[in-house]
Amino acid sequence: MAIEGKEIEKVAHLARITVTAQEINTLTIDMSNILNLVAQISDVDTQACPSMAHPMECEQRLRPDVVTQLNQRDALQAVAPATEAGLYLVPQVIAAHPKDKS
Amino acid sequence: MFNKTLCELASALQNKELSSVELTQYFLGRIAKLNPTYNAFITIDETQALTQAKNADQRRAKNQATPLTGLPIAHKDIFCVQGMKTSCGSKMLHNFISPYDATVVKKLNDQGMVTLGKTNMDEFAMGSSNETSFYGPVANPWDTDCVPGGSSGGSAAAVAARLAPSASGTDTGGSIRQPAALCGITGLKPTYGRVSRYGMIAFASSLDQGGPMTQTAEDAALLLQGMAGFDPLDSTSIDCPVPDYMANLNVSLKGKKIGLPREYFAQGLDHDVELKIQAAIDVLRQLGAEIIDISLPNTALSVPVYYIVAPAECSSNLSRYDGVRYGYRAPEPIDLEDLYKRSRSEGFGAEVKRRIMLGTYVLSKGYYDAYYIKAQQVRNLISQDFQHAFTQVDCILSPTTPTPAFKTGAKLNDPVSMYWSDIYTIAANLAGLPAMSIPAGFAQKLPIGLQLIGQHFQEAQLLNVAHRFQQATAWHQYLPNQISE
Repeated sequence: MAIEGKEIEKVAHLARITVTAQEINTLTIDMSNILNLVAQISDVDTQACPSMAHPMECEQRLRPDVVTQLNQRDALQAVAPATEAGLYLVPQVIAAHPKDKS
Repeated sequence: MFNKTLCELASALQNKELSSVELTQYFLGRIAKLNPTYNAFITIDETQALTQAKNADQRRAKNQATPLTGLPIAHKDIFCVQGMKTSCGSKMLHNFISPYDATVVKKLNDQGMVTLGKTNMDEFAMGSSNETSFYGPVANPWDTDCVPGGSSGGSAAAVAARLAPSASGTDTGGSIRQPAALCGITGLKPTYGRVSRYGMIAFASSLDQGGPMTQTAEDAALLLQGMAGFDPLDSTSIDCPVPDYMANLNVSLKGKKIGLPREYFAQGLDHDVELKIQAAIDVLRQLGAEIIDISLPNTALSVPVYYIVAPAECSSNLSRYDGVRYGYRAPEPIDLEDLYKRSRSEGFGAEVKRRIMLGTYVLSKGYYDAYYIKAQQVRNLISQDFQHAFTQVDCILSPTTPTPAFKTGAKLNDPVSMYWSDIYTIAANLAGLPAMSIPAGFAQKLPIGLQLIGQHFQEAQLLNVAHRFQQATAWHQYLPNQISE
């Protein structure tokens, strides 16, 4: 199965990855080759076979709903690229109100 | 001293023939001298290693030593070590100093092991040759023009070159066993859920599993004993008692039923590799094992299933790298979208981006059922093949890889060809089974590995077969030429 450049661009956006024109060309070939490889499974009869969620068919273990971890905000934020007053800094998301601009 | 096994070094420490400080200094010296040739380490922390060694000696002096106290280990750079750079082989985490220890690291620290440093690896464990690392490729100690395998290539090369007597590794589709085979060492991927994944940077969460990489099966048993066990911090850790892995190593193989899956001895297997595996089978037969022909009919589907499931889980797990909370952040982003996209595009290498894109594609609207759900159904068929086989045999034997190590660069631009090099190892991850690779001879002057696959939680049985084989053979004792004292 072949994948086209436009689909590569769409997937790249979904994955929040920027791709150059040259990368689109390479990815079109590589991903088409990989999709051809994985396409082999489409002919397998799986009607009687449930989807496997866990190698040992275990259910997700639950724990009591109690606090078990101490607050480590300072230690965890020490590795952040930009913080202020315990918050992570990112570029402005919400535009400033016109009245605030003066 | 460099060629002593982990168990021999443990005895030497116990008998006070040497101290942990002396041992640690010795291996730090070897790393300083030989690592520039192999590029097996990303980080070396002499200060911390010697502090841990000193503490280990004091602990021994107080008669509080465990079997692992004072023994050096190199951790794959996928395991978080508090206060130490944990890069996962990626520019994305080039600046990441872990604020906490992985459970594996904490358990081994608590038992007094000494961390020599962090080993090189394929970026985010995505690769079979250690060529996708941001820190450059690792050279195979047997032939420095060849790859060491991957993704735990640095750990395998470090043990093979005797830069460390033991190392940790992780295995998502063969990343402990394939480099172990290509570097001529012993590597064990435990049952899924046997060793905690907490603090082990996630690639594909339903497949990832940490384990030991050592010279011998006996060493692997000693190290696994220290690594294994239930961890409440890992929601997929399984609460099941850990047996004494050393206790059954010498049990006779008389009457042990070992299955040979005919699909693993088919087209694509190098003739020299096959001859060596057949010779190894003869050794096991002489040791009393009964060799039985079996079939795992869906083997050929394991690579296609893996390259849907693993990228799908990778695309989800790696969405956390967004330039906000830790890791690489692109300079001067114009808005949030630009921050995300440029941080990820500049921080990830080509193979990681390819797998994220593939995973995003197979999980996207219109393709989820055809790819992801279908793959999980076929995965179930692969698992059922094994369960059927284990009604006939105690464990399964195969080559670990179809060929010995290939030349650096030979498959780098052909992802599909690279993916096929894991053909014999992937199925054990899909089925969550324990599997190990042990040295079984040489083909084209390069080491080859024999793989043993067991039923869930039967690591002790694999270690028993591997140990008895190593008692009868010397393949695990051969050394690369250039690494002498």
